[in-house]
Amino acid sequence: MSDFFNEFWGWYVAVITVLAIAGCAILLWSQSRQKLKLDKDGKLLDTTGHVWDEDLTELNTPMPRWWMGLFYLTIVFAVGYLVLYPGLGAYGGRLGWQSGAAYKAELKVADAAYGPLFDTYLRQDVRQVALDPQARAIGERLFLNYCAQCHGSDARGNKGYPNLTDDDWLYGGEPSAIKDTIMKGRHGVMPPMGAAVGSDRDVENVAHYVMSLSSAPADPIKVALGKGKFGACAGCHGMDAHGNQALGAPNLTDKVWLYGGSAETVMETIRKGRNNTMPAWGEFLGEGKVHVLTAYVYGLSHPAGVLAAAGAHAAPAPEVAAK
Amino acid sequence: MNAHAPREAVLKMYAARPDIHPREVQGRFATLRWVGVWFTQLLFYGLPWLRLDGRQAVLFDLEARQFHLFGLTLWPQDFIYLAGLLIVCAYGLFVVTAVAGRVWCGYACPQTVYTEIFLWIERRIEGRRSARIRLDRQPWNAEKLGKRGAKHLAWAAVALWTGFTFVGYFTPIRVLGHELATFTAGPWELFWVLFYGFATYGNAGWMREQVCKYMCPYARFQSAMFDRDTLVISYDAGRGEPRAAARGSAGAGAKGDCIDCGVCVQVCPTGIDIRNGLQYECIGCAACVDGCDGVMDKVGKPHGLIRYATENALAQHLTNAQVRRRILRPRVLGYAMVLAAIASVLIGSLLLRTPLKLDVIRDRGAMGREVEGGLIENVYRLQVMNTDGRAHRFRIEVHGLPSAAIADGQTIELAGASARAVPVRVRADPHAAHTGSNPIAFTVTATDDPATAVTEKAVFIVPR
Repeated sequence: MSDFFNEFWGWYVAVITVLAIAGCAILLWSQSRQKLKLDKDGKLLDTTGHVWDEDLTELNTPMPRWWMGLFYLTIVFAVGYLVLYPGLGAYGGRLGWQSGAAYKAELKVADAAYGPLFDTYLRQDVRQVALDPQARAIGERLFLNYCAQCHGSDARGNKGYPNLTDDDWLYGGEPSAIKDTIMKGRHGVMPPMGAAVGSDRDVENVAHYVMSLSSAPADPIKVALGKGKFGACAGCHGMDAHGNQALGAPNLTDKVWLYGGSAETVMETIRKGRNNTMPAWGEFLGEGKVHVLTAYVYGLSHPAGVLAAAGAHAAPAPEVAAK
Repeated sequence: MNAHAPREAVLKMYAARPDIHPREVQGRFATLRWVGVWFTQLLFYGLPWLRLDGRQAVLFDLEARQFHLFGLTLWPQDFIYLAGLLIVCAYGLFVVTAVAGRVWCGYACPQTVYTEIFLWIERRIEGRRSARIRLDRQPWNAEKLGKRGAKHLAWAAVALWTGFTFVGYFTPIRVLGHELATFTAGPWELFWVLFYGFATYGNAGWMREQVCKYMCPYARFQSAMFDRDTLVISYDAGRGEPRAAARGSAGAGAKGDCIDCGVCVQVCPTGIDIRNGLQYECIGCAACVDGCDGVMDKVGKPHGLIRYATENALAQHLTNAQVRRRILRPRVLGYAMVLAAIASVLIGSLLLRTPLKLDVIRDRGAMGREVEGGLIENVYRLQVMNTDGRAHRFRIEVHGLPSAAIADGQTIELAGASARAVPVRVRADPHAAHTGSNPIAFTVTATDDPATAVTEKAVFIVPR
């Protein structure tokens, strides 16, 4: 309940608070009347007695009494607040109000309002949701909020963050795989392979071999020498270098490069390895939102026409994706 | 050291509010003030009931973030117009105050207007000034209870209607009226109706001149706009003194016009004596002018013992024409010029504004990426807002770099009064740009109306 690690500090704060409030009341009461000198004619001096620049005097004009009432009202408010709400040291207040509980209550209200909509989508197949213009609009907003920081507003990725609009998938592009990725996150690790491959020259040769797989310009001699050393990589990427989606090992034969396809970059990847994380969103967003998000991401590489032809229950005429 | 030993007394630092029972007054300025009451209140109570194009004509829709002013719809991005409006109001106040003092306070300020209405109710129920003072002093009995109860009920009714009307500017008033009548209004609507109702009741019924004396900031800084040629409510001491009371002792030789009847004090809503000269409490309502003129009629003397006059006019005996000529002095002309300039800029920009808004946010995740053909690609998010009532198709173009082009052919469709974030990819040849940032600009144009176009600056980054 209270954040004090020691009971003393709760009492310390409470005593200071009570003294401060009582002090204000006493000050207000004691200063509401003042003994003043009378002048020779027995008249009350209506100035404070301060004189500046020879003749500037300060009037001692009384404030309106209702104003004093307002001051006392603040004290009444303070006492009422401290009784009802947390504030007096470790005391939690009669209402038992907590910011965490208030947040949860607000979430509950939001869930009650938007939950049914997401539940409707959750009951539909991802391919069908991807055809729904409203779901796509929701998905786009979710994507811009939660995914665009890494994958870019256009979902085409950045160095280290995969492009989500092409047909190349590290962990599979089926709706279930995409949903899994978003729900649970992914942790892609390529260990440093320099020692396993061999000398610096061997690393360079393997890099050239890997580049040749996707028809990138490479040195034929180095390619021939590197091919023999590729066995160290085949455990994950496969002998044919087509990768393994179960491990998240990329296909090395296409033109898609997560970290870059120049000789230097590929050599760096082999020598130092790569370590990459996609966070899990399931707990934060909830399955309903992730389902809609999955449909949006799936739709990025499957234009509406393709989706409809693939047998999804296409009902409304979908608008042409205008990104 | 002094023969008289200093005596002491206790000064109360908080004074009780003196009872002020303003006497009823009739005359030119009272009529003018009632014109002010009718004009402002017909406007205030009437406006929310007007309808236009199937919606409330004046509605400040906080939930949808749209301010409807007849045909005009303002968005949060148009907030600058509110600043402009406030500046225009301020300079309007400056001009009027420099020319004729606290005219706003005396005739149009809500505090004055509602006090006037509440006083009218008070008079209808409790009677004239003398009857009210008597009622005040008499012990609580059935008569006092009945009159006071009726008064407060009537006040509360006006106050609640005022609170209801005020909230009706922010939430559709017909719906609100129905909700209140069927006890289904939301807690916050109800709260604000009661809050503004209570504020009206408290300020116009109980606080009255205390608001002007102690709370109002304008009352205090208006004196900075005064000068010796500002028209203020003035007592012509040269004509009035010595007063009747003094005349008695000074003999028949001295003949001041003031008969010391006290009417000017009795009619004053702030309870001051204007014959003591200009005071900060004076709200410029001219009730004392009307009161004194009435008395002058009865004693057969000319009007104007208390009148609108400038300090210079009284001191130098200026004619009305001379006073009028002095209105066009540098201070007033300066205020008026600033007022005219800001007002015309405000109206001009309102008339010429484009019903389209654009914000460009560059993706911060990456500097830029290399794509096929050796081109560099940057990603932007364009927040396009169609503030027009109709749907439009918009074309997005980029310029500023010779080779820059948008990767996808860009046109978007936007429904009326809606906004959308559009991801846009811009590609450029790195050899035609420098490494680092290059200024570019986006232009969004309505395809059916080339005049509806907005350009926004951005930066294109070529990584090293």
